Amino acid sequence: MKLITAIIKPSKLQDVRDALSSIDVAGMTVTEVKGFGRQKGHTEIYRGAEYEVSMLPKLKLEMAVPTALVEQAIEAVSTAAKTDNIGDGKIFVLPVEAAVRIRTGETGEGAL
Amino acid sequence: MKKKSTLLGAGVLAVAAGMLTTPAFAAVTEESQYIFNSLLFLIGGFLVMWMAAGFTMLEVGLVRTKNVGTMCVKNIGLYSIAGLMYFLVGYQLMYSGVSDGMGLMGTFSIWGADDAAARAGTEFNGYASTSDWFFQMVFVATAASIVSGTLAERIKLFPFFAFVIVLTGFIYPIQGSWEWGGGWLNSDDFIAFTGSEFSDFAGSTLVHSAGGWAALAGALILGPRIGKYNEKGQPMAIPGSSLPMATLGTFILWLGWFGFNGASQLAMGSAADIADISNIFANTNAAAAGGVVAAVLVSKFMYKKIDLTMALNGALAGLVSITAGPLDPTMGQAALIGAVGGIIVVFAVPFIDRLKIDDVVGAISVHLVAGIWGTMAVPLTSDGITFLAQATGVVSIGAFVLVASSIVWFALKYTIGIRMSAEDEIAGGDYAELGMEAYPEFTKGSQIL
Repeated sequence: MKLITAIIKPSKLQDVRDALSSIDVAGMTVTEVKGFGRQKGHTEIYRGAEYEVSMLPKLKLEMAVPTALVEQAIEAVSTAAKTDNIGDGKIFVLPVEAAVRIRTGETGEGAL
Repeated sequence: MKKKSTLLGAGVLAVAAGMLTTPAFAAVTEESQYIFNSLLFLIGGFLVMWMAAGFTMLEVGLVRTKNVGTMCVKNIGLYSIAGLMYFLVGYQLMYSGVSDGMGLMGTFSIWGADDAAARAGTEFNGYASTSDWFFQMVFVATAASIVSGTLAERIKLFPFFAFVIVLTGFIYPIQGSWEWGGGWLNSDDFIAFTGSEFSDFAGSTLVHSAGGWAALAGALILGPRIGKYNEKGQPMAIPGSSLPMATLGTFILWLGWFGFNGASQLAMGSAADIADISNIFANTNAAAAGGVVAAVLVSKFMYKKIDLTMALNGALAGLVSITAGPLDPTMGQAALIGAVGGIIVVFAVPFIDRLKIDDVVGAISVHLVAGIWGTMAVPLTSDGITFLAQATGVVSIGAFVLVASSIVWFALKYTIGIRMSAEDEIAGGDYAELGMEAYPEFTKGSQIL
């Protein structure tokens, strides 16, 4: 099992969600985050004082998937989230030691 | 057919008879004048009371979330204190027996209504005494709320309320007595010296500049917010929490200003009066509109983008500018006077920022600076008022309020202290002084149910 963490532009959430459900990735956790990569921020002005806004709003998606589905999931997210502009985001894959479905007590890939 | 024409004929005869016996228009009785004048004070009064809500929303919108609740407490508190202090001390100090002495102040006594003659129907003295008290009271509350905005986000609540007690009970009434109380700014000596009375119709100087001077004194003695200036001394932006709130507050102030300026006519017992009041309403509106348009254009030109908070300040600066003389200008002139106020404010805000004076809502620019402009503009549209008279009033009231306020702020600073601790300021007034959150369910709030 792997945990896929994807940072994407907020406007791309629906597309990514649709792409993932079409390959049977069942669920995800979405967090509203702020961040930056190599994308520079922009300047705002408030009452004559300029300031840099370098933290931009993004969404962090986390989904635990069976190892067999990882390649397809990465492909699905990449295609759906891409806008060809800087700031499109990144995808990370981490190993998952254990998983449990709280309602039924299933473990392992059966919990996903 | 015969019946109809008989009826018609009878009708024509009746109307003709009526017209021959109709008296000329009856003059307005003294009692009616008493009623109308009092009504003007009451309506104007509650409109100005509503400005307290306007200031609250404006200030709430321009401070950070962690201080929103504190601003609400400050505003509802200062309005209440003003109402009580003006009853206990202020009104009599401003209006009672001012010209008996040197014209510097009234008497120390608790105010009481005196309408026995009117109630008995024997004599009508212009207006119900309480209606005038009520109308004047809401003005002192306005002056106090100006101070609240400038000092936001780092002043301690109770020292602020202590200052408001002195401002509304003593400082404002004393300088107010000089002009509206029949004091030395209207005396024969003054007229001989400067060429005319000092003229401040609704309070560009007496209310707005006075509040601005008190705010300036406080800001200088209190110091800027943590993080407002970086190591190089450049002003940093600290954006407010709610632009819609700030906008709503400005609209509410705009509405209330019709009472502020309109009811300062002080009479509504004749056609001439109501015509004057109508002109005042229209001029007030035109000045605000001019202020907005000017501020938007200048903001766009200087910063390439439109700063909403400047547009809002522009509206208020326009309103403040016309407050000294809302009756005499034409509507076009009023719009221009307001527009100048709007231009002034777009430059004054960053200027005052760069002087290391941290004015959270721009009250010093809007009320003090535009108030001076509004007062000095009166001779441009009012015959018989001299620039010297206006300048003398501006300078003397300014000096008095600045010095008196400074004394009070220093006294508070070196006794109970006026500034929140650094830890409290960072955690926010809502945590430190209220123990509450303004928006417990959102973003950093603690409510998750």
